[in-house]
Amino acid sequence: MAVSLVDGDAVADVIESHSSTPGALLPILHEVQDALGYIPRDAAVRIADALNLSRAEVHGVITFYHYFRSEPPARHVVQVCRAEACQSVGADALISHVRERLGCAKQAHSADGRFSVEPVYCLGLCASGPALTIDEHLHARMTQEKFERLASRLEEQS
Amino acid sequence: MKEVTVYVPKDSAALAVGADEVAAALQVQCATRGLPLNVVRNGSRGLLWLEPLVEVATPGGRVAYGPVTPDDVPGLLDAGFLEGAPHALRQGAVESIPYLASQERLTFARMGVNDPLSISDYEALDGFAGLRRAATLDASAIIEEVTNSGLRGRGGAAFPTGIKWKTVRLAEGPQKYVVCNADEGDSGTFSDRMTMEGDPFVLIEGMAITALAVGATEGYIYVRSEYPHAIASMNEAIARAEAAGFLGDNVAGSGEAFRLSVRKAAGAYVCGEETAMLESIEGKRGIVRSKPPLPALQGLFGQPTAINNVITFASVPIILSRGAQFYRDYGVGRSRGTLPLQLAGNIKYGGLIEKAFGVTLRQLIYEYGGGTRSGRPVKAVQVGGPLGAYVPESQWDVPLDYEAYAAMGAAVGHGGIVVHDDTADLSKLARYAMEYCAIESCGKCTPCRIGSTRGVEVIDRITAGGGAVSSQSEQVELLRSLCDTMLNGSLCALGAMIPYPVLSALNHYPEDFRIVEPAHPPVAS
Repeated sequence: MAVSLVDGDAVADVIESHSSTPGALLPILHEVQDALGYIPRDAAVRIADALNLSRAEVHGVITFYHYFRSEPPARHVVQVCRAEACQSVGADALISHVRERLGCAKQAHSADGRFSVEPVYCLGLCASGPALTIDEHLHARMTQEKFERLASRLEEQS
Repeated sequence: MKEVTVYVPKDSAALAVGADEVAAALQVQCATRGLPLNVVRNGSRGLLWLEPLVEVATPGGRVAYGPVTPDDVPGLLDAGFLEGAPHALRQGAVESIPYLASQERLTFARMGVNDPLSISDYEALDGFAGLRRAATLDASAIIEEVTNSGLRGRGGAAFPTGIKWKTVRLAEGPQKYVVCNADEGDSGTFSDRMTMEGDPFVLIEGMAITALAVGATEGYIYVRSEYPHAIASMNEAIARAEAAGFLGDNVAGSGEAFRLSVRKAAGAYVCGEETAMLESIEGKRGIVRSKPPLPALQGLFGQPTAINNVITFASVPIILSRGAQFYRDYGVGRSRGTLPLQLAGNIKYGGLIEKAFGVTLRQLIYEYGGGTRSGRPVKAVQVGGPLGAYVPESQWDVPLDYEAYAAMGAAVGHGGIVVHDDTADLSKLARYAMEYCAIESCGKCTPCRIGSTRGVEVIDRITAGGGAVSSQSEQVELLRSLCDTMLNGSLCALGAMIPYPVLSALNHYPEDFRIVEPAHPPVAS
């Protein structure tokens, strides 16, 4: 996917704004992903050039961290916590249900590209599990019934 | 009619169960009824099963109602909750709720009381008193105070804080740093998150005191990307503290400069290891460094760096304002002061419990927690996050103390306690520990990188059963040997401590691994 001229400007602005930031790579990657939803390949190349790093180094950083995406995300991203505290109150069953419900049982993205379901390891809501996020909004003490209401609302939106 | 102040928490744990919707419903309903209302968004008291816990300021003190849903709001107003009237959700005077009243809140003294981002509210409750005093002391006197308090690193390693600071103070370097490790990735922990969201100035104050003590002028707070509300809260608090002269060119009139900024992490658990965190702040993959050199001597960008956890820094202001002796009077043995414990998982009354060291798991699980949320018997309790041991019932009366826990092959860690009921399968949890280690390993050292994957396979072979008894016991032997290699051969705590949950599960819950006992036990030779 090519970066449009507008996106290119956004990447240039981000790089420029961090010209005097020590260790600027992560802040730049965060801002590019915040602006575009992911870090396109050409953006990574430009960041590497600007920071005098090899493309391999920048690729290495992007792929090391779970948070960074090299591909555009689905329209709605659901992240379900599967760490121990949430496991103790039924996270495994919840994640299976969420995957099934949103058509993501066999792959991360639903066939229509509307939804993706990802595991996350701790949202810091460990006394009120199971927890998940929908497009970065937190939801705790989740049940299948509560999720059904949220899922229907999402389907109406998209 | 007089305006009534109502407190609705904005802590993530309250937002995740609808606090914003409750605040909005209150505004709308009160506007419709012509009731003047002042909504303050406070931090959370840490009574998390009651969130959203709404408090009403009455002439007789603050009265709590919870857990409140938006649908409850009309009924609450009908019942007269703005005057503190009775209602099914009424919990009474908030500070008299036994869960809260019986705690020893030093670090969390201000938690949930006021608007976390108000400097005047912070100062009204002793805020910045520690920094003001530190600004009048010389560096060695600050370090002596912290050393004498007995404070040890609250991130899990429990290293004496004053000694670490002294090393940084005495190190040579053109630039020194203070770095806060707020990469709170352990399942079952949320005290760092609560502090950053609910009392961010206490962290800033603790870091500024550290900067004066070690001679640093730059600081970073490395916060998980999973904590967007904490990041927003810290950024705003830093801007306000700088505007008020507690950060910047002249910290609290000391004549010293200290600048602080937030760095957003990117979802790698291993970056909670201090040297991997430094690599990450420098803009690299979070690969663990070999030690030595210690970060205190060659840390961030190769310069002397004081690294501590959020709770360690947040414990410093009260030590400076009330004195070392006040703090060290709490606790037992060599574990001085208090620890904010986090009661989580399958627990009826989960939340934040700050107590002096010496409290027992049994007290926490039953007296505070009320047993499991499911109502089933408690089977296992993991203390100290994914790298902590599963503690069986026979050890629930051991006082929580760094040395006592180490002696039984467990770790206090960051004070996270995750409760599991009797439906938990400990072989599954042990397998998960190895699997998690494989996902999160930075890959630098072999025991962690390869050992974790082999660990999953060996546990699968043990639990599959079906084979001869001898082959299963060989696999158990292999798992123990693998754990020994990881424990002694890994570069950092990730690989070296994953054996804690695995071996504790195996030792205390062998039936979950479907271990077949030999028909005739081998005769001892």
